[in-house]
Amino acid sequence: MGQTLVEKIIARAAGKASVRPSEIVTCKVDLAMIVDSGGPRKIWPRLKELGVGVWDPEKIVVVSDHFVPAVDADTAAILKLSREFVREFKIPHFYDMKGICHVVLPENGHLQPGMFICGGDSHSTMGGAYGCYMAGFGGIEMTGVCITGEIWTRVPETIRVDWTGKFNQAVVAKDVMLFLCRQLGMDNAFTAIEYGGDTVAGMSMSERGVLCNMAAELGCETGVIAPDETTLAAIRAAGKQPIADALTWHSDRDASYLSKHAFNATELQPQIAAPHAPSNSGPVGDYAKIKIDQAYIGACVGAKLSDLRMAAEVLKGRKIASNVRLLVAPSSQKIYADAAADGTLGILTDAGATMLASGCGACAALGAGVLSEGEVCISSTNRNFKGRMGSNKAEVYLGSPYTVAAAAVAGQIADPREFLS
Amino acid sequence: MSSIIGNVWRFGDEINSDLLAPGLYLKAANEIMATHCLESVDPTFAKSVQPGDIMVAGHNFGVGSAREQAALSLRLLKVGAVLADSFARIFYRNALNFGVPCLFFPHYKDILAGDRLSVDAVSGKVENLTSGKSYAVDPIPAHLMEMITDGGLMPHLKRRLEKGKAA
Repeated sequence: MGQTLVEKIIARAAGKASVRPSEIVTCKVDLAMIVDSGGPRKIWPRLKELGVGVWDPEKIVVVSDHFVPAVDADTAAILKLSREFVREFKIPHFYDMKGICHVVLPENGHLQPGMFICGGDSHSTMGGAYGCYMAGFGGIEMTGVCITGEIWTRVPETIRVDWTGKFNQAVVAKDVMLFLCRQLGMDNAFTAIEYGGDTVAGMSMSERGVLCNMAAELGCETGVIAPDETTLAAIRAAGKQPIADALTWHSDRDASYLSKHAFNATELQPQIAAPHAPSNSGPVGDYAKIKIDQAYIGACVGAKLSDLRMAAEVLKGRKIASNVRLLVAPSSQKIYADAAADGTLGILTDAGATMLASGCGACAALGAGVLSEGEVCISSTNRNFKGRMGSNKAEVYLGSPYTVAAAAVAGQIADPREFLS
Repeated sequence: MSSIIGNVWRFGDEINSDLLAPGLYLKAANEIMATHCLESVDPTFAKSVQPGDIMVAGHNFGVGSAREQAALSLRLLKVGAVLADSFARIFYRNALNFGVPCLFFPHYKDILAGDRLSVDAVSGKVENLTSGKSYAVDPIPAHLMEMITDGGLMPHLKRRLEKGKAA
């Protein structure tokens, strides 16, 4: 019987010809990504306690993105420690305040199809857009990975989701994921998800990244999309050559799936997820006229160049409502610069947006932009659990950058299609 | 590992990582973070939980972030075990790595706050000492039980490194 893409990657990393779901295997890790929040500050003391170093500095990427820039002595100390860690262990790949890890890695050509990658952040699943296995692990497990270069996993069953047809105006990958969180639920632990169909084939890498990023919200171990010419072009754009066998990394025709789902893109409306879970979602019309205090365009999932352009489409020639603040934190410094160069940034600031540094910040209540008691926010981020963006008495709605920008102009949740020509 | 006996703290579905380890305290020391564990759900929990007490919850316990503090806080509060209908993957792995036994427990609705439970993670037996009912559950897989018996990943790695040196 054939194998899925995820099974093939795990088998290769485990040094086996094939694996079957639920089998427990130990995999050699091709790349380990750790971040300021759960990385050096958690791992270094443990290395000291054990009296060991890291297994291979070349295969560890360190990204400082959660607490950037420092807002107080505690966060400054965390960032300083990360810099010292990188020096101590002579780690060549360090991105300090360059942007959010899940965006910075592909921007710098670290991802290739077929790789087996462990990341110290739950949204590491985003890397799967490049046809690799990339999954999130806690700092305690990343400690083990950094020492041994190995991790165990229970081979997940794969869920296959196909989308066909063309999206309506203002419907994007984010709407797909808010819809899927409702359809498939968030309790898909110990499974992987694979996306396909002509809608997905037609998506940019940025939009594919959204599908794989929010595999985390579905509870999946990883989310993958088989590589194609779009993938290879993105690797080349990052200054790297795709590996020779890149296009061989795909599921076999007779692969076995836990379940298969097919959806029609033309039927999808812009979606909103209401407090306090991404699965608590529905069409935007169901939430019209809910007043907002803050609109946020940020995070790994929701402030890439294509996301900023979506917001700009809505905001061009308009002003945000007087009682609303619009905060924008581009996912990376490169995206910030690209948005400045192509005029997108000017449209956002002309409309009244407040620009913030690239980083996790407001999305996880770690930096500028946190919410107070009783405040309502609409956000292009991926999670809206109670307390996620600050006060546990604040309310967070999730939507696409189109929908967030429309709400910023209207001062309340509104259908973005009313703002597009 | 012998049986864990403790009183039950009862929680609902989707107890997520922001509830277990609020982002506002993520920069703080682990011991401080632990005092805020679940304060948005039950403000008495972190203050009153006793060593060996057992958490019983619904589906998708631990959903959300990879932040290890979500699991480490339970270790620091000396929670004896977590029984839930289902667990989120990263939380489940973190918890076992910190030596906090997690058992899939579909009968969670039978258990009430304050019940006294006896949990044997090796044989897969849960006994409600208050109601007198007992349940068979899936034991923790052997390769993981070895690590939990060592006390978690750190003691386990220590043992593995020492073995490597001796060899």
